[in-house]
Amino acid sequence: MVSELLGWVLRRLGRWVPWRDVLITALAFVLAFLVGAVLMIVSDPAVVGQYAYLFTAPQLPLGASWEKVSSAYAALVAGSVGGWVPLTETTAQAAPLICAGLGVGLAFRAGLFNIGAQGQAVVGAMAAAWVGFSWHLPPGIHLVVAVTFGMLAGAVWGGIAGVLKARAGAHEVIVTIMLNYIATGLLAFALTTTAFQRPGRADPISPVVDWNATMPRLEGSRLHLGFVLALAAAVLVWFLMERSVAGFTIKSVGLNPHAARTAGMSVSSSTVLAMLIAGALAGLAGVQAALGPNVSGTPTPLSGGLVGSIGFDAITVALLGRSRPLGTVLAGLLFGGLHAGGLAMQSQAQTSAELTTVLQALIVLFVAAPALVTTVVPFLKARRAPLTGTTPTGGLSS
Amino acid sequence: MTTTRPEPVTERPASTRLESREDRTHRLSVGVLVLVVGVVLVVLTASTGDVARFALSNAFDEVQLPTLGLPGVPVVVVCALLCLLAGVGFLVGRLSSRVRTLAGVVAGLAFLLGFLTWAAAGRDLPFPVSNQLSGTLTLATPLVLGALCGVLCERAGVVNVSIEGQFLSAAFTSAVVGSITNSIPLALLAAVVGGLVMAALLALFAIRYKVDQVVLGVVLNLLAAGLTGFVFDQLVQPSSGDLNSAPLLTPIPIPGLSALPLLGPVLFEQNALAYLAIASVLVVWFLLFRTSWGLRVRAVGEHPEAADTVGISVRGIRWSAVLVGGVFGGLGGAFFSLAATGSFTKEMTVGNGFIALAALIMGRWHPVWATLMALFFGFVTQMASQLQTLNTPMPSQFLLVLPYVATIIAVAGLIGKVRAPAADGVPYDKP
Repeated sequence: MVSELLGWVLRRLGRWVPWRDVLITALAFVLAFLVGAVLMIVSDPAVVGQYAYLFTAPQLPLGASWEKVSSAYAALVAGSVGGWVPLTETTAQAAPLICAGLGVGLAFRAGLFNIGAQGQAVVGAMAAAWVGFSWHLPPGIHLVVAVTFGMLAGAVWGGIAGVLKARAGAHEVIVTIMLNYIATGLLAFALTTTAFQRPGRADPISPVVDWNATMPRLEGSRLHLGFVLALAAAVLVWFLMERSVAGFTIKSVGLNPHAARTAGMSVSSSTVLAMLIAGALAGLAGVQAALGPNVSGTPTPLSGGLVGSIGFDAITVALLGRSRPLGTVLAGLLFGGLHAGGLAMQSQAQTSAELTTVLQALIVLFVAAPALVTTVVPFLKARRAPLTGTTPTGGLSS
Repeated sequence: MTTTRPEPVTERPASTRLESREDRTHRLSVGVLVLVVGVVLVVLTASTGDVARFALSNAFDEVQLPTLGLPGVPVVVVCALLCLLAGVGFLVGRLSSRVRTLAGVVAGLAFLLGFLTWAAAGRDLPFPVSNQLSGTLTLATPLVLGALCGVLCERAGVVNVSIEGQFLSAAFTSAVVGSITNSIPLALLAAVVGGLVMAALLALFAIRYKVDQVVLGVVLNLLAAGLTGFVFDQLVQPSSGDLNSAPLLTPIPIPGLSALPLLGPVLFEQNALAYLAIASVLVVWFLLFRTSWGLRVRAVGEHPEAADTVGISVRGIRWSAVLVGGVFGGLGGAFFSLAATGSFTKEMTVGNGFIALAALIMGRWHPVWATLMALFFGFVTQMASQLQTLNTPMPSQFLLVLPYVATIIAVAGLIGKVRAPAADGVPYDKP
């Protein structure tokens, strides 16, 4: 009776949860962390030196390796999920990744390869920060206005690429790459003008954003409104893509533009719309960087490197999340955790945080190549399930 | 039987010949662009100084050429008029295609001359033409090599977004090996190996595991950045004296030719990589269009099924093309550590791989055109940095983004739709 019930529940769940994908993703993790461990060992001369005693005293090299790897990974885990404050650090790191990842994923499904999330986030951060420190509005309204302006700026930046693609046939990969550089240059220029530069400072840094435009946070943690906004954005994107005509059009154009055109859909307006929304979402990621409170409770002032590499990390988030909202949220949390833990690992275990970049790349690589994972782990092969990889539509061959 | 006789198409004058919608949009957008450029020049006339001076020689050259002085306002006005005329010509559409091409070239040169005259007029220093040209070639060196790498991969049907990653890994290996051995040839060899490793990863995952190739490229770039960054932090930086002080490539003057006025220092006093890049263009062109291997590469890139039918190993040819591409990508990466600084820094390729990708697409997947696009990019970048030293009224940040704006304009307005090799990015499943 119990086993029947359990079997029924599992079958029922099986329809909703792609077990095979989950298993392959989990194995991809294990493999990535194994490669990371090997990398740590070979890049530490002290540990490598111990391997001279591999056959005479094997406990020396193995112990040293274990010490090295376990301390680094322990710091990584502790820094990302080891307690309330690390957890909120993870959410704070994840929120912009989720927003920009949603944008990249949405463009993917429209058949567009949006490498421009970085530039869209930069202009979003610029606009939001500018509204935040140069206007002085009542509480509540100020934040809403600042967020809106940031998203609008991102939408414009994404829209440029969309319009050029739809009207002139300009390759969106080239245009978005160039727009990234232009956005960075624009920010560098803006920070030398009186409108953006903090009075009395010679270096390119802006004034601090008004308290009224700062995202509220839970006291003593890094959990702020941005994470809630990111989750809300994910729900909205899900609704747009799965329950609306516009989303259906975007998906159809992404799957087969010729068929969509034959069916009476406008490929060019769908392209522009997708890039506008993608830009707005990436702009929201920039807004979070500009208005989200840091550890001290106030937002970090705008500077050249404020946005970091959110836009590029977002591409991997969208890839790992298979361009779906739920997947993007999970992937964003995962990479947010890696970022948060990487910082702890660097300070506590003297291991460069670049390791998390390697892990990030390897995880996506292994997930995208399920055939490789099944080659390394042969018992998965026996199940004869079809091998399906992450193949977001869109690419250079249009 | 029909009663109306169809009008013979050949007798129509050029102006009424049917024009496809795409051609029309393209012609109009070019026309508007050229007009806008002309208007910009007209506006610039107001702020043009008296005399624009162009120095044809460096101060250290043996043969000193005179410094040209052009009257500022008249030159800019003439250039503006030329642009406006060409723009109107495009919009009216009464030009034959040959005249139209000529008008485009004239407008481009007129804009360049007008803009430079405006920028140089009334400044204390003359605009250094010789520096401008030799800097163009230097800046374009890695771009040319990277674009050639991309041409080889994509002609075989493998999209290569990871030129940046190949640059980065090659820059890293060449810096480290160059520092340890203190030898340029070994450093270049290490760069080739670094590029080959990334190319092999690209080939393995794209051809064997059929991963989406654009995705793969992005991930490989990330992997290269992470790996080089991690090893740099853990091993290289703590002992940078031993591991990160590679010998620098020095300019090699070609005896006799380098003494030529103007052209000598530009073309015949470059470092080994620049000569290699120029030679590589010819080599790649020859390989692709004059050897049976090149024919096979193009065949598997356009129609792999047909190539397979006549007994060509699609996967084998693709592997070989990607690996040969990796050699050029690696040489391009060596430029960053061996020609510029002699050391590696994290993410030192700063997006040049993506620029090479853009050059390759703008150059329509052809080695010579891609090279010209890379040179164009090098030219604009070099011009931006030259103008910075002249103290033009433009803020330097605007000058720095000039190449990127120029690329967008070129892609959106001038190049129009480009056609990739038909099977580019499509993995081949042998039936």
